[in-house]
Amino acid sequence: MGREFSPGTRVRVREDFPFGHIRTPVYVRGKEGVVMRRFGSFPNPETLAIGRDGLPKKALYEVRFRQADLWPDYQGALCDTLDADIYEHWLEQV
Amino acid sequence: MTNHAHHHDHDHAPAHDHAAPPQPDEKIHSYYQILGLAMKELLIEKGIVTPDEIRRMIEFRDSITPATGAAIVARAWTDPAYKQRLLADGSEAIREFGLDMGGTTLVVVENTPAVHNVIVCTLCSCYPRNVLGLPPSWYKSREYRARTVREPRRVLAEFGTQLAADVEVRVHDSTADMRYLVLPMRPAGSENMDAAELADLVTRDCMIGVAVPKAPAC
Amino acid sequence: MRGPHDVGGLSAGPVDTAPHNATFWEKEIDALNQLLAQKGYRKTDENRRAIENLGHDVYNTLTYYERWAGALGRVLIDKGVLTQDEIDAKVASVRARLGADAA
Repeated sequence: MGREFSPGTRVRVREDFPFGHIRTPVYVRGKEGVVMRRFGSFPNPETLAIGRDGLPKKALYEVRFRQADLWPDYQGALCDTLDADIYEHWLEQV
Repeated sequence: MTNHAHHHDHDHAPAHDHAAPPQPDEKIHSYYQILGLAMKELLIEKGIVTPDEIRRMIEFRDSITPATGAAIVARAWTDPAYKQRLLADGSEAIREFGLDMGGTTLVVVENTPAVHNVIVCTLCSCYPRNVLGLPPSWYKSREYRARTVREPRRVLAEFGTQLAADVEVRVHDSTADMRYLVLPMRPAGSENMDAAELADLVTRDCMIGVAVPKAPAC
Repeated sequence: MRGPHDVGGLSAGPVDTAPHNATFWEKEIDALNQLLAQKGYRKTDENRRAIENLGHDVYNTLTYYERWAGALGRVLIDKGVLTQDEIDAKVASVRARLGADAA
């Protein structure tokens, strides 16, 4: 049961810290961003990493964050952003 | 970086190495380096890989260099229809150069006067190897991976690159199967250059996003 | 809570921007990894997990390709392609041949 987010949807990255191989970096967990595009669906790296087949596939989204939202002490420009590619099971609609 | 090994400086060419011996100034001394060599020899003995396959793979990897990517950028600069194809589907567009992304996807991101892109892989070292070759040491370093997401402008300054405050610096963290290539802006003054001359302006660092192409010398 | 590889946002010093060309040994490990992936002996995700499981101390002590060698060994043993005994024996013989003095 995949989660689908259309471009422009505001999402929040789950603030979870499970064991195992995770491709959602700690620095975006618990943060809010906007879905820019859907890259398609791919086998789940978390289960591929332990020798399974990675199915069912997970949708992958490009999520854009404002740097000022990621780092309380961000020193760059207010307009600066960061894009990370996050799997749907790590995202919740805000 | 400390090393487990208490090592002497030995320069030895292994007597029975199946592939070419290491460079004379290489010192194979740590446990993990010896482990690598041992595994290679075991895998050859078991017929899982052959010395020839290893040699050909090294040659193939060596055949892809930043010049490979620069040619793609130069074509995008001179052929607007190709540029659109490249931005729409990078993996497909590079096939026109006989290149293949294997199991990953190439996403080309365009620099504009409003947006400057820079690429990093904080979790490991994902890099468009099939278009640019092997990544530079610094790209794989803890320093680059830790700081580029948090203070990109300071990191860019260490490469001699400054961006105005009204330019959006957009960092791409390659966390999944997408591999990113920056399409830099074509420098002013290059209007009369052909694709080959333009390609010379495009360095590897421009396609990672830590630098911009130099304006052509008059 | 945070694996040794998950370094985004951590404090770190200046970037060493000098070029460091890959040594022949490093190119071999890189090629070996590619070949084994192509032949289906290991997946990228398995390799990454093995690197992450090296632990903070080992991860931060080893160089990039040394981590790959360590991870590859782990993956090949787990899959039964090589045994620890075989590896230990070959390491000893390689070490003797090279005359290297390693821990």
